[in-house]
Amino acid sequence: MSEQNSNFEVDLGNLMAFDPHRHFSTPPSREELVKESLQQGTKLVQAIADSLFSLTSTEDRDGPIVKLPPPTTRLPREKPLPKPRPPTKWEEFAKKKGIKNYKKDKQVFDEQTGTWKRRFGYDRVNDDNDVPIIEAKLTDEPGQDPFAKRRTEKKQRVEKQEKNRLHNLKDAAKVGALPSHVQLAATSLPITGTQAAPKKISKDELGNVAGMAATATASGGKFDKKLVGEKPLKHDKKYRKFLPVVEGSGMGSLERQQTDKVLNKLLSTSSHNILDVNKAVNFYNVKKDKKRKHQGKISSTSSKLKSKKSPYKKMSKKGSSSEGKSKRS
Amino acid sequence: MLHIKTPKTGRARRELKKIAPKLVETGKKTLILHGTKTSNVINNVLTEIYHLKKDNAVKYTKRNDNIRPFESGGETSLEFYSLKTDCSLFVFGSHSKKRPDNLVIGRTYDHHIYDLVEVGVENFKSMLSFSYDKKFAPLIGSKPFFAFIGEGFENVEELKHIKEVLLDLFNGQVVTNLNLAGLDRVFVCTAVSSNKVFFTHCALRMKKSGTIVPRMELVEVGPSMDLVIRRHRLADESLRKQSLKTAPELKMRKEKNVSRDIIEGKIGKVYIPDQQVGSVPLPNKSKGLKRERREAKTKGVGKTHVDKKPKQQDS
Repeated sequence: MSEQNSNFEVDLGNLMAFDPHRHFSTPPSREELVKESLQQGTKLVQAIADSLFSLTSTEDRDGPIVKLPPPTTRLPREKPLPKPRPPTKWEEFAKKKGIKNYKKDKQVFDEQTGTWKRRFGYDRVNDDNDVPIIEAKLTDEPGQDPFAKRRTEKKQRVEKQEKNRLHNLKDAAKVGALPSHVQLAATSLPITGTQAAPKKISKDELGNVAGMAATATASGGKFDKKLVGEKPLKHDKKYRKFLPVVEGSGMGSLERQQTDKVLNKLLSTSSHNILDVNKAVNFYNVKKDKKRKHQGKISSTSSKLKSKKSPYKKMSKKGSSSEGKSKRS
Repeated sequence: MLHIKTPKTGRARRELKKIAPKLVETGKKTLILHGTKTSNVINNVLTEIYHLKKDNAVKYTKRNDNIRPFESGGETSLEFYSLKTDCSLFVFGSHSKKRPDNLVIGRTYDHHIYDLVEVGVENFKSMLSFSYDKKFAPLIGSKPFFAFIGEGFENVEELKHIKEVLLDLFNGQVVTNLNLAGLDRVFVCTAVSSNKVFFTHCALRMKKSGTIVPRMELVEVGPSMDLVIRRHRLADESLRKQSLKTAPELKMRKEKNVSRDIIEGKIGKVYIPDQQVGSVPLPNKSKGLKRERREAKTKGVGKTHVDKKPKQQDS
């Protein structure tokens, strides 16, 4: 909101005024200069005040408060704009499924004790630890402690959540949108905007690299002079393992397992070529969905029946046709 | 496995949050430091700049022998200090035979040097040498006025640059709400020649004038000095563009279909979808539209029969 106020440029956002018409051809004496500047400065400040005091103000205890317009002289930022955090796996999933967040009460009525309890945390409702007796079921395996089972399951769930959290943080770190309080351990400095702290190579890592370089001779580093402080090679022999050829149990069966593994891999890859099961199933599901939607639009009682029947009928045909299509695409 | 570090205390978390990039920045901190050799003048200049900016400035007192902002490699430790103290403005004082009473004012972006201005200080007059009524003394952290005088600030590139830098240095916080009673200081900068700026700091006296706008009066309180521009380095064009970006969230969106008129005030346009007259059912069927009973008999018998069958199967 810069305005021309009797040849002054006024930037109200910065409380700045500029007189571009003044010119000193001959350097004036010191006193003159100071006097002249102050005079001119007073005029400029008066010009700012004129527009400043004409703004609508609200009365406060400490004085009148005005709302300043945004400044016209743009000053650079000190740090780049924060990047938006990419959606987490759950957020993506929830968006796809149309799941919406809603507020839950903090307190929940516990029917067992007949009191209100916290939903989460200490002394929470339906806590597994509070259950004194677990009724046996037919499916229970004998000799298994149901309490211990619950505990391990809980532990696993917590671990899984931690893993997911780290995964999401990693994704955020990739685009440089880590929350300000989180720091990847590799970077010692706080992360600000674009700055990626350079990774320091540790002493051990350097030693390893040096060791690797030393073996890159014809003799595998056997006759090279060792430097002062250079560590001996960690593994100076060849990596070879001979399995017993005679079949038996334990180590004896390893050889068989090894060959089995290779064969299985080969067979499984070649079987994939014949029919991509995943693709075929997907193809089938999508087609079914489409059909259902289409028929939903027409929606009559009689057509509902038909749609139910038709997929089973056509399946045998489609199985063969989908193969061909999936290969082409 | 990825290891992450999070602060253990709430206070540490808040501190980290303070230095994180923000959508709307709260104000730049200033780092004040000096080189291996300084003159008395430069010492005084640095302390007085520190006094002016005491609310958000950091002053280093040790000598720094490896800071040469204009030379490549001479800015590394400066950038490090800027990161360490979270300052994005710096004032570096030095004194040498070639450049006596030297002051380098610079800005950083993302803790890398953004632009630099080197000035020599002449005719320095300290705050202490001014005598004035102490009740006019400006308070620390008050929002200042700026008055730039002289066509040089528009035509000469160096002066244009120093104008922006001085504005950034002494501006303090960008505010939207301003208390009019708290205005008490003015910075006056005059372009004397093409490379010389007279800079002074004045207190503001508001006197009654009979109107709502008070009459302003300036009282020089110092420091005042002449800044002779020596070297300067402008920001890289692409970096400049990047640093001037504003968040798309903060940009004012144009309001669609709303216009303002002096006489009528706010005018809105409302679009109504087409009325589909054909599909609207009539309120009551008139006799003429009803099908005849005979027709229903002949046609309807077969129809009802067909309709019923699937219904039974369905249930």
